[in-house]
Amino acid sequence: MWKSPEPKKTYDVIIVGGGGHGLGTAYYLAKEHGIKNIAVIEKGWLGSGNTGRNTTIIRSNYLWNESAFLYDHSVKLWENLSQELNYNMMFSQRGVMNLAHNEHDIKEMKRRISANRLNGLDTQWLETKEIKRLVPIMNTDNLRYPVLGAAYQPRGGVARHDAIAWGFAMRADEMGVDIIQNCEVHSIKTKNGKVEGVKTSKGLINAKKIAVVASGHTSVLAKTAGVRLPLQSRPLQALVSEPIKPVINTVVMSNAVHAYVSQSDKGELVIGAGTDGYNSFTQRGGYDVIEETVRAIVELYPIFGKMKMLRQWGGIVDICPDASPIISKCEVKGLYFNCGWGTGGFKATPGSANVFAHTVANDEPHRINAPFNLERFSDGRLIDEHGAAAVAH
Amino acid sequence: MILINCPYCGERDQSEFSNGGEAHVARPENSENLNDKDWGRYVFYRDNPKGIFYERWVHTHGCRKWFNAVRNTSTDEILKIYKLDENPPSKESFTNTLKTPSGEPKVGSGNFTVKK
Repeated sequence: MWKSPEPKKTYDVIIVGGGGHGLGTAYYLAKEHGIKNIAVIEKGWLGSGNTGRNTTIIRSNYLWNESAFLYDHSVKLWENLSQELNYNMMFSQRGVMNLAHNEHDIKEMKRRISANRLNGLDTQWLETKEIKRLVPIMNTDNLRYPVLGAAYQPRGGVARHDAIAWGFAMRADEMGVDIIQNCEVHSIKTKNGKVEGVKTSKGLINAKKIAVVASGHTSVLAKTAGVRLPLQSRPLQALVSEPIKPVINTVVMSNAVHAYVSQSDKGELVIGAGTDGYNSFTQRGGYDVIEETVRAIVELYPIFGKMKMLRQWGGIVDICPDASPIISKCEVKGLYFNCGWGTGGFKATPGSANVFAHTVANDEPHRINAPFNLERFSDGRLIDEHGAAAVAH
Repeated sequence: MILINCPYCGERDQSEFSNGGEAHVARPENSENLNDKDWGRYVFYRDNPKGIFYERWVHTHGCRKWFNAVRNTSTDEILKIYKLDENPPSKESFTNTLKTPSGEPKVGSGNFTVKK
């Protein structure tokens, strides 16, 4: 699969965080920018953070131009990733549906669909009877918040979350990237406003450039370099049921009742909730949040009422005030951040890695990620995606 | 699941409360003279430590009163609850249970309170 080398004394680029985004950044740096003296440093095993904890939903139906370009760049990369990495991503474009439960939802979604279509995205409006045809098990009228329609993106879908970490890791490793697992970065060492290296559990490792892709822990690491980021870390929970025969062949999300569900190839229902309402790093979350989600799921799909849940877990997501990510340089020279993905980073993995590699290699953002800078929190050019984020922040 | 000891109502389930984010964020006195950067810092930037965190809660489904708490965000242990007109306890009065600089408890994130 990949080697487990001891860290060298110095690298051109150190990537902190061995999830999909970090490994992808290493892959694109090596492949597209010819930088091969790279280390990816991961405190656990590859994909043990949010890459292994999400509900694998992929879509690009975001409202604003900036986000639509970024997320659709990613969906387009997903479409060829199995071939490019010669590793099966199990990318299944089974469609993603966002349900509308009230008048406001309908207006907001139709506005978003119009914006999406202007940006060339394949989003469309579904009436309730069309939803019923696609998902016959859904209870659309006999519930507290009836289903009044949906925004539907057929190119959306799901993929295997481990595959993207392993696929990027294998190809990066072949190009000479050092993948260092079970090595925790404790702090970022800087001198005269420039990075020098990272202090890790395996000692000091020097680097010309440091790219931090540590999701929930990004702000903790940034602080060691004296950088403050507008991030808050919160648990986001998910759960899976016992496996059953195929009953739902698309992804159904609902912002209003806080529940989303899809069925894995093994037959398990993969269910996601909103974030817990307080800062925490416990990777656990509170029971009341999944209780609310399961209540909504059972109301929407009465046949799931007697199912047993197999596992529940939490991941720590880093949330930006405008629910959009930060892919940016900062005031410390040679230090780059790819963070703030909040509840929706998985779908963006290849696109984010691709433009972040460009940013790190050229010390200049790619035109796609230029708007996702840190300056927007002082000049006011926020990219407000609370509506399209589809999960309560 | 956290139990929160409301200073007015006693111990209740966390789902009765809403979190108000970082406590003791003072509005800048000279806001009319602030530049965009400093104003942005006040509006959008909040502490996000792994470990000791001073925060606000409101008992939404109870007495609806606000109060402050000190919580260890790596374990969710509530270390101290105090009313809005009380002085915050000093950070030094809490023992740091974090084993590494990035704040990972020795037994693994999240297991600290369970194992205790």
